[in-house]
Amino acid sequence: MSSLQIIWFVLIFVLLTGYAVLDGFDLGVGIWHLFTKNKRERGLFIRAIGPYWDGNEVWLLTGGGALFAAFPPVYATVFSGFYLAMILVVLSLIFRASAIEFRDKIQNEKWITVWDIAFAVGSILPSILFGVALGNVVRGLPLDQGGNYMLGFFALLNPYALFIGITGFFMLMVHGAAYIFFKTTGELKQRARTWIIKSWMIYLPLHLTAVIWTMLDAGYYSAALSGTGALLAVVFVVLIRAALAGKGDGAVFVMSSLSIVFNMIFVAFSLFPNLVNGLYEKNLGLNIYTSSSSQETLTVMLIIAGIGMPIVLLYTGYIYRTFAGKVE
Amino acid sequence: MDAELLARIQFAFTISFHYIFPPLTIGMAWLIFWLETSFIRTGDEKYKQIARFWIKLFALTFVVGVVTGITMEFQFGTNWAAYSRFVGDIFGAPLAAEGVLAFFLESSFLAILVYGESRVSSRVYWFSALMVAVGSTLSAFWIIVANSWQQTPAGFVVEGGRAVLVDFWAAVFNPSTMPRFLHAIDGALVAGAFFMMGIAAVFLLRGMHNSHEAENPTRVGAMKKLMPEREEKHHLVHKEFALVSMRRGLILGFIAALLTGPIGHWHAVQVAKTQPAKLAAFEGLWETQARAPLLVFGIPNTETERTDFALTIPSGLSLLVDMSPDTVVTGLKDFAPEDRPPVLVSFLSFHLMVALGGYFVFFTLAGLYFDLRKKLATNKLFLRLAVLSIPLPIICNELGWFAAEMGRQPWIVQGLLKTRDAISVNVPAEQILISLVLFALVYAVLFAVWIFLLRHKINVGP
Repeated sequence: MSSLQIIWFVLIFVLLTGYAVLDGFDLGVGIWHLFTKNKRERGLFIRAIGPYWDGNEVWLLTGGGALFAAFPPVYATVFSGFYLAMILVVLSLIFRASAIEFRDKIQNEKWITVWDIAFAVGSILPSILFGVALGNVVRGLPLDQGGNYMLGFFALLNPYALFIGITGFFMLMVHGAAYIFFKTTGELKQRARTWIIKSWMIYLPLHLTAVIWTMLDAGYYSAALSGTGALLAVVFVVLIRAALAGKGDGAVFVMSSLSIVFNMIFVAFSLFPNLVNGLYEKNLGLNIYTSSSSQETLTVMLIIAGIGMPIVLLYTGYIYRTFAGKVE
Repeated sequence: MDAELLARIQFAFTISFHYIFPPLTIGMAWLIFWLETSFIRTGDEKYKQIARFWIKLFALTFVVGVVTGITMEFQFGTNWAAYSRFVGDIFGAPLAAEGVLAFFLESSFLAILVYGESRVSSRVYWFSALMVAVGSTLSAFWIIVANSWQQTPAGFVVEGGRAVLVDFWAAVFNPSTMPRFLHAIDGALVAGAFFMMGIAAVFLLRGMHNSHEAENPTRVGAMKKLMPEREEKHHLVHKEFALVSMRRGLILGFIAALLTGPIGHWHAVQVAKTQPAKLAAFEGLWETQARAPLLVFGIPNTETERTDFALTIPSGLSLLVDMSPDTVVTGLKDFAPEDRPPVLVSFLSFHLMVALGGYFVFFTLAGLYFDLRKKLATNKLFLRLAVLSIPLPIICNELGWFAAEMGRQPWIVQGLLKTRDAISVNVPAEQILISLVLFALVYAVLFAVWIFLLRHKINVGP
């Protein structure tokens, strides 16, 4: 049983990491959307993510579903505890998805401008809120006997969580710029290059601070594992800048993706074996042993994931190959 | 207002709004697949062009379904935390399965359908159309598994204050899963078919308009202003496009509407056996009795515990439930008043649904008849009715869900957990009010944009 619970802890993080890397780039593109005033360039942004965003978002839905199935009390506590934040995330995702699909359907200046704003705002808000939520989960939530978080919305806006929110925002800014750099050509590509450099210069110190703050304040499962995760995350953040000096187009994006992967691994080690840390004492959180579903459910789900996910990866890979290449 | 009521209103509102879209896309997905199949088999470009137009409308509708679906997945946790803790061991698995086995499939292959025509072979394109249809149907399957478990829970034990899974297949194929899945898909096919028919009728009516113009040249100038020039040029193309679409809608619509009879009946018999209070509410039956009458019309009265203005078929209900007038059917009075569903809403939703179902059979049959007589394209009354009928299957599907969900009350999981015990205790009423208002505003905008863009696409034409 305990190995099943660990496997599901890992799988939840695999799904959330998939979401962070994949939807991360299209959220990031959304953050940069208003940085260009050129209508054609904005159109390119939308087209660069058009075939992908929906599939990317499914990682979140599947991650949420898997969390619900494998660790129901965690799903219940986090979603109800972060009520208004979650509603804002949902509404943002609604706006940005509509914007991506509807923007180019009518050739009218005002129409396009409204959806451009919806796309940007709908991307910026979740980019910050996901970090704030993660920050609170890592920092720890004060829970009552029933596992409920009772302090409401504004207590979530504590300095640490806000800091993680802002760090996450810049992480996705770098990631989005790296994607634009990868997918475009010519003058826009050069601009994306400067966007990477500028946002990276802010992201690097934020990232270092966040890592140290997390290790000092939130604790960790093992210093060695957490430290390694943190170190590799920092290394790959540094390599983003180094890759920009190289020749390959995709290297920057790969480094950015890997830095996100190791950030998530670092977060996982800051939590394990909890999924929600306790605020004052770490062991008062929700951990995988007391908050999991039954052995039967975890086993069945593992079979479903074991059959389903390889097929998903196969055709997701096919889709990315089909739409590979620069957008013009 | 208290938090429970607000949470219920919010759920009812967001799910009802969401449910406008998935049935349409399921029905359309299969119709599009049918067109793509015709293209592959005949090589006739006509089918390709027709499919291309419907894919545009499909994509618009699909995206609204997707985004309003996100709300649903979040909402179990945000507003129904106690429920989530109680049922998570069972309820979460189908939701996760829906993601892994269905959402990825439909979203990935839709990308090919919408953006990839020039990038893949026609075989792959055809296969993508199939995968979108399969994906959306599978998605319906898993979500109905989850909901059916709430109606007729199976394969579990209650342990430590939560339902624990002991038999996965028993939970998946609980007594109501298959009748409800087939019934819902059937309803989705009707909705897709009427959508296609209605819009095709718009084109046929417009074509008629244009030919009147030609006969009546004084009005041409005025009409030109209202309609883009290309309309006339493509008049013939439009007509053939519209007739093919219309016919396919009619055929699928007729078969699917006809099937609602036996499948609906199968489902109702299952409800009679597994959820007698719900059936009694549907039928306005108060007394437990053999030779139970079937109500053709009536208004159930909760105060007098009778059904007023009843027009009945003697022994009809007993016969329907088990083919014998001696079958005893349980009445509402067998349940304590606090365990009875809201009778009037369940009753009216159910009966309106059945009546609309009858209309769909009649209407599509009439259409097939006109087509046989080669009068389909010129029958103005029928075409106008087809346009006006577009929303009816959607309304009918909604009514079916009202009946299903209202009829289960006061339970959120039949016999195990009451709705009032299922809410998030840590979310105050005012926060739900805020979110409810936000959802109402955003969804109103979304709906307006959807209609606006549909009309725009229809005006531009295929």
